[in-house]
Amino acid sequence: MDLLATILVDGLIYAGWLFIVSVGLTLVFGVLNILNIAHGSLYAIGAYASASLVGAYFAAGGNAFPFGSYIALILAAVLVAIVLGPLLERGLLRYFYGRDEVLNVLVTYAVFLILEDVMKLIWGVNPYFVYEPYTLLGNVEIGPLFYVGYDFAVIAAAIIVGLAVWLTLNRTRMGKVVLAVIHDAEISQTMGVNVPRIYLGAFMAGAFLAALGGALTAPMISVTPGLGPNVIIVAFAVVIIGGLGSVPGAAIGALMVGISRAASVHLVPEAELFIIYFVMAIVLMFRPEGLFAKTQARKI
Amino acid sequence: MMTNKLKATAGAALLGLGLAGPAAAQDDTFKVGVITFLSGQAAESFGVPAWNGGKLLIEMMNEGGKLPAPYDTKGFGGMNIEFVVVDEAGGATKQVQEFRNLVQREEVDAVVGYVSSGDCLAVPPVADELKAFTILYDCGTPRVFEDNSFEYVFRTAAHATMDNVSLARYLKSRDFDVPSYAGLNQDYAFGQDSWADFTGAMEQIYPDAEVKTALFPKFGAGQYGTEISALLRERPALVHSSNWGGDLQGFLIQGTARGLHERSQIVLAAGDHVIPQLGNKMPDGIFLGARGVNGLAAHARGGELKELTDTMWDAYEAEYGVFPVQAPFRMWQALFGLKTAVEKAMADNGGTKPTDEELAAAMKGLTWDAPSGRIEMALADGHQAIQPNAIGTTKWNEAEGKMELVDVEYFSARCVNPPVGIKATEWLAQGFPGAECE
Repeated sequence: MDLLATILVDGLIYAGWLFIVSVGLTLVFGVLNILNIAHGSLYAIGAYASASLVGAYFAAGGNAFPFGSYIALILAAVLVAIVLGPLLERGLLRYFYGRDEVLNVLVTYAVFLILEDVMKLIWGVNPYFVYEPYTLLGNVEIGPLFYVGYDFAVIAAAIIVGLAVWLTLNRTRMGKVVLAVIHDAEISQTMGVNVPRIYLGAFMAGAFLAALGGALTAPMISVTPGLGPNVIIVAFAVVIIGGLGSVPGAAIGALMVGISRAASVHLVPEAELFIIYFVMAIVLMFRPEGLFAKTQARKI
Repeated sequence: MMTNKLKATAGAALLGLGLAGPAAAQDDTFKVGVITFLSGQAAESFGVPAWNGGKLLIEMMNEGGKLPAPYDTKGFGGMNIEFVVVDEAGGATKQVQEFRNLVQREEVDAVVGYVSSGDCLAVPPVADELKAFTILYDCGTPRVFEDNSFEYVFRTAAHATMDNVSLARYLKSRDFDVPSYAGLNQDYAFGQDSWADFTGAMEQIYPDAEVKTALFPKFGAGQYGTEISALLRERPALVHSSNWGGDLQGFLIQGTARGLHERSQIVLAAGDHVIPQLGNKMPDGIFLGARGVNGLAAHARGGELKELTDTMWDAYEAEYGVFPVQAPFRMWQALFGLKTAVEKAMADNGGTKPTDEELAAAMKGLTWDAPSGRIEMALADGHQAIQPNAIGTTKWNEAEGKMELVDVEYFSARCVNPPVGIKATEWLAQGFPGAECE
């Protein structure tokens, strides 16, 4: 396989993972107008929850049907969204709606720090492993290289997530209501829209996507403290490139970051980190609001 | 089980704090300030197992008669050992403040600490300023004593150069053909230094070997798919990594799933500590070190230190349900060294609790035995230790369900550490002058 194709495949795999993580961040910003730094913690909790749930699944005799572990992965993300979504949105964030955006960033940063310690209290500092789902799909031979089938499943999951979010927002009644709230929450409320419920739903969806990113990543890593900060930084780069609040922007941003990073690792490995932020800087030079964000009316 | 262990560690730390209290230390007690990672990424790999080992050893010393001679006497020279434990997380600035607290408020008699090289570089000037006897027990950077000298500071573990010199020597002794090699190391000081040491050693031992690529993913990257593709494409004869903790586990999980270990020989400078977690997911045939004759290599060694090693090994396994890897061994060699120094100082001063000055004088140039071998404070005017090292090959024992280290080769301290008066980088560049290999 020539170098170009290798870069493309590696870039797509990384971009698929990155999109799942980033789209939740951009969704929450689009609807709630909150830059949720705790998104990284939700990702890490998703990883821990899936490690625990998949471990419990195999401990309960899941070896008889190992593919059931994929259901456990998704279930873990659902659980995180159901438990933490209402707790954070109804219990804390709603008190800060309409306040200064900087204050909201500080509040979610505080949540991020609290959740980091909560994870240590619940799961400790030792690593958790769930290898089984990673190797279940076998290997895929592309040219002289082997790839793990699971990596392509993550790409498929990213496509499904992207389509689901886009179709829900643009092709359903619920989506139209959400878009109305984004444009003007007050007018929407006077028209009978239950805005708090929309906010809660959007935040839970964002939490689910963050946790899903962590849950899908758990089988390929050791789940240890410190997962969140690394993820949130690169996810921010993606949504800033694409434009805060834009789902297509998150997809394009993830592709740009994924492919440019892959090219750098193969061609100029010293610039692996630099290239991500270089791409971001170039985009911001010409489109300070990001590639897909509109300056007046935000749309996701 | 993992949560219980954390609770036990935290409980012990709180107990230590409670026992210590604010009062000045008494002459019948010796108070040790211990600083190691109890949270953060280094906690699971180094900090917690090190302190688990340290706490266990202090308990055994305080009981007396639990260890083979010459360590069978109670405490330090009959004094009961107390401890105060501080989390190393938070960065060098915080650690300097914590160090001052330990010395000035807690009035500890000695400080044993620091995994992070950054902390090891930041604390020694303060230790000398406060004239506080301090042992650096774990960190690897050679710069601590190569760029400075300190009166009250000692490092009881060899610096990290020997890890990679040993790997290169191991390859040569096994006649491993290395036409080319590549590296994947964490993008911070330890990873960069380790790669520089490895390439420096390889240039001397395999001068014709070509470096295919040097990858430095960011610390805590987790995802190595692209890097593994690059390594698979380049097809180097071997891949070197000094990754540790979650980064090493992630790299091995993803790399072995894609057959990297079948295409290239994987060599790990400090890889033993992930064996308990990975079990049979750690592939056979990996060449790895443990930053000293630590863990499985120490257990397999036998010889004069077998009784001491087995005593600590069995006690650790019984207490924590897992065998000790490299970190507890380095904590043990620090505490055995401290006990030896205290008792030597007391022998010289008529049996009273030694002052910091007396401790420093006793520690300078000291030699003692530990489960990791004979420790000699041979460098930096008696302030920097050298110690033997070992490299082995992983092999899963299916019958017993455990990972073993086979074909272990032991290197004497003077074979893999630079001699007095030359910096590690110069020693490598000049072809190991003065190396004494058997």
